[in-house]
Amino acid sequence: MKHLTEYRDSDTARRLAAGISAIVTRPWAIMEVCGGQMHSIIRNALDQLLPPEVELIHGPGCPVCVTPLEMIDRALAIAALPGTIFCSFGDMLRVPGSHGDLFGVKAAGGDVRVVYSPLDALELARRHPDREVVFFAIGFETTAPANAMAVRLAEGGGVKNFSVLVSHVLVPPAIRAVMESPGNRVQAFLAAGHVCSVMGTRQYPPLCARYRVPIVVTGFEPLDLLEGIRRSVVQLEGGKHELENAYPRVVTTEGNTTAKAVIAEVFEPCDRTWRGIGAIPESGWKLAERYAPFDAERRFAVEGIVTAESPLCRAGDVLRGAIKPHECSAFGRECTPRTPLGATMVSGEGACAAYYHAGRFAATSQGESR
Amino acid sequence: MSGEPPDMTRMACPSPLPHHERIVLGHGGGGVLTRELIEKVFLPAFANSVLAGLGDSGVLPAEWFSPARGAGERLAFSTDAFVVQPLVFPGGSIGSLAVNGTVNDLAMSGAKPLALSAAFILEEGLDVELLVRVVADMAEAARTAGVAIVTGDTKVVERGRGDGLSITTSGVGLVPADSRLGTRPPEAGDVILVSGTVGDHGMAVMSVREGLGFEAPIQSDSAALHGMVADLLAACPDVVLLRDPTRGGLAMTLGELVAGKGIGIEFDEGTVPVDPVVAAACEILGLDPLQVANEGKLVAVVPEAGAEGALAALRAHPLGGKAARIGRIVADHPGLVVARTPYGGTRIVPMPLGEQLPRIC
Amino acid sequence: MCLAVPGRIESIREDQGTRMGKVNFGGVVRDVCLAYVPEAVVGDYTIVHVGFALSRIDEASALETLRTFAEMGILEEGLAEIRGEAPDDEPVLCPLPPAEAPRR
Repeated sequence: MKHLTEYRDSDTARRLAAGISAIVTRPWAIMEVCGGQMHSIIRNALDQLLPPEVELIHGPGCPVCVTPLEMIDRALAIAALPGTIFCSFGDMLRVPGSHGDLFGVKAAGGDVRVVYSPLDALELARRHPDREVVFFAIGFETTAPANAMAVRLAEGGGVKNFSVLVSHVLVPPAIRAVMESPGNRVQAFLAAGHVCSVMGTRQYPPLCARYRVPIVVTGFEPLDLLEGIRRSVVQLEGGKHELENAYPRVVTTEGNTTAKAVIAEVFEPCDRTWRGIGAIPESGWKLAERYAPFDAERRFAVEGIVTAESPLCRAGDVLRGAIKPHECSAFGRECTPRTPLGATMVSGEGACAAYYHAGRFAATSQGESR
Repeated sequence: MSGEPPDMTRMACPSPLPHHERIVLGHGGGGVLTRELIEKVFLPAFANSVLAGLGDSGVLPAEWFSPARGAGERLAFSTDAFVVQPLVFPGGSIGSLAVNGTVNDLAMSGAKPLALSAAFILEEGLDVELLVRVVADMAEAARTAGVAIVTGDTKVVERGRGDGLSITTSGVGLVPADSRLGTRPPEAGDVILVSGTVGDHGMAVMSVREGLGFEAPIQSDSAALHGMVADLLAACPDVVLLRDPTRGGLAMTLGELVAGKGIGIEFDEGTVPVDPVVAAACEILGLDPLQVANEGKLVAVVPEAGAEGALAALRAHPLGGKAARIGRIVADHPGLVVARTPYGGTRIVPMPLGEQLPRIC
Repeated sequence: MCLAVPGRIESIREDQGTRMGKVNFGGVVRDVCLAYVPEAVVGDYTIVHVGFALSRIDEASALETLRTFAEMGILEEGLAEIRGEAPDDEPVLCPLPPAEAPRR
């Protein structure tokens, strides 16, 4: 595939990694914010190419992991209502709420459907005018343009039986939260390339200055990731803390102005509680007043949501990079991919799930995984 | 029955059943309507002397068995239930799956398939034309595989209680007396071969699934494998075992081989054949081709000494053109399947938990 | 959050006021909403996330990035050769040139 395969060349990858080894002189801890980047690193075992001085810390960049528990519980309650068709991205189906997950609701008779795009949910609403179609609009800034467009098209097309349950989260506040949490060890960030394709890069230089951290906008393919890491190490070794764009073929300083305008029209900032981390002010988006009729939170007044997080779950500490998954006492015991206590153990996107599989290997051979 | 069975796919009248375009509850009642369904839809398609007798069970004529019967030949017996949505997809339908699936289960034991049974659960309201199409696919697949569908059953469930159509096939086959397949478990040093590209079937089905639709020239690879298996065993009689990686894909099959055992698997990700369009479809949905279902591929564990000959035999067969050697059984990391990435690192390949879901992350 | 795949725009149309197109991802074609890339034309490549094109892929930039990677490799191997080492052995003592300042 053009613009994909070229960035997977293994010889070039090895040379980029050698380039990192060549310049590193002391330990550095770099956080990659995006779950997609973590997935690519683990899947391609790129961390095994890095010199031991470079430690990758997996950040809270997985909307699946940080969607507030209360929002998950609300989703489960709405999905269980008769007459609704609850649509969601596949990632969310196995995320545990206080009691069960969307898969369980489906098994109990709820009409829960996986969609690839919010437009598919909108189409379902058009085709089933007698049913209430609800779309679980989660995601970082990358997904907001799509979710916003679906709402706009619903309004423009008079699709009254369509609503969205919004739980957007934003990257810059997450970086702030990480840098301000006690015991933080992160010294540089790989910013999420596709988030920046929408939002541009202007939000990051102030963060570089305030926290004295290099931030390198990075893509997702092996060469992109290694280059992002390399540039971070170059800055760290040189005592710099600047914003760099290592993904210029897709990311511009201004980002996508059309998308930003639609986002500004459909969403407005709000405080959000990040699962496992806690409340971060102005760290999320909710539907703007004008689009309130399409807000599933208002349309379906589900009462009596009492959230109950597993007391054993330390997903938040993992998401902030404070502990590694295997340092949690429940890891591999009460908490496994089959019986996840928290979102970070669900499927391959969460750090705990990734460690679960890599860690078992490390226990039985000398494979090093960080 | 004498004469050629009518070609059900070319009937001018779309429904072979008088007065019925859709299945009704009565078709499963065991009375005249059931008889009509059998005589007009199933019998003509599956035409063979055993089925035509319409007895409660099918008795296989002695001449269907090889002359050496009784001298160490063993009976293989298998069953499989098929529920798939959509019922028809590029490269096949639930019908071809139902025949090839059971034929392949028998083939993985080194058996030549002899006869199949087919039990249908139809949902009230099912379009008879669709049933006819599925049955025609079954007949075609059976003809290609050289196997007869000799007995069957039909039930109808109320609208809303079925999946449109589900089929259970059971099959019997004969394992030659001199077959050495399965006489020893896999050992460290054995080589793992795969007979062709992985992920084709699952992505072909996904391409027509609602909410995930995309236009892709991907066909299901559903095919009967016993011919290729016979060639493989002739070239390499010491094949240790055979598996067909259906649901759960190659990852599930490899995982099952070593789970809870004292051996592990190591394979080279770069050597697993994947059709480029299938790979692209997986990229879009965020799926791993290793976890996607196949319906016309096999995994063979063979001793190192026989590996080259085995691979050549697979490649010489029309269904095995892209066969590849992908890895080996090892004594390290018992119970785990480890993939070597093109970047030199390794990662564990877990068995998939359940349904593969497209992701955005 | 970030699974976005590059594809080539094969055709563009207006669908009830919304800009849509057929995008070819390595042989797989899907309908994609192009509302957010109003400047993109048939033949352009875009990054597509959950059915929406988010950005044109800048070909010149892509070529430049790949060229930089290739050169890095050559530099590495060249230095290793000079020092008489195999490419992946000891770290090269002479550091690589500092990364360029951001262009945009």
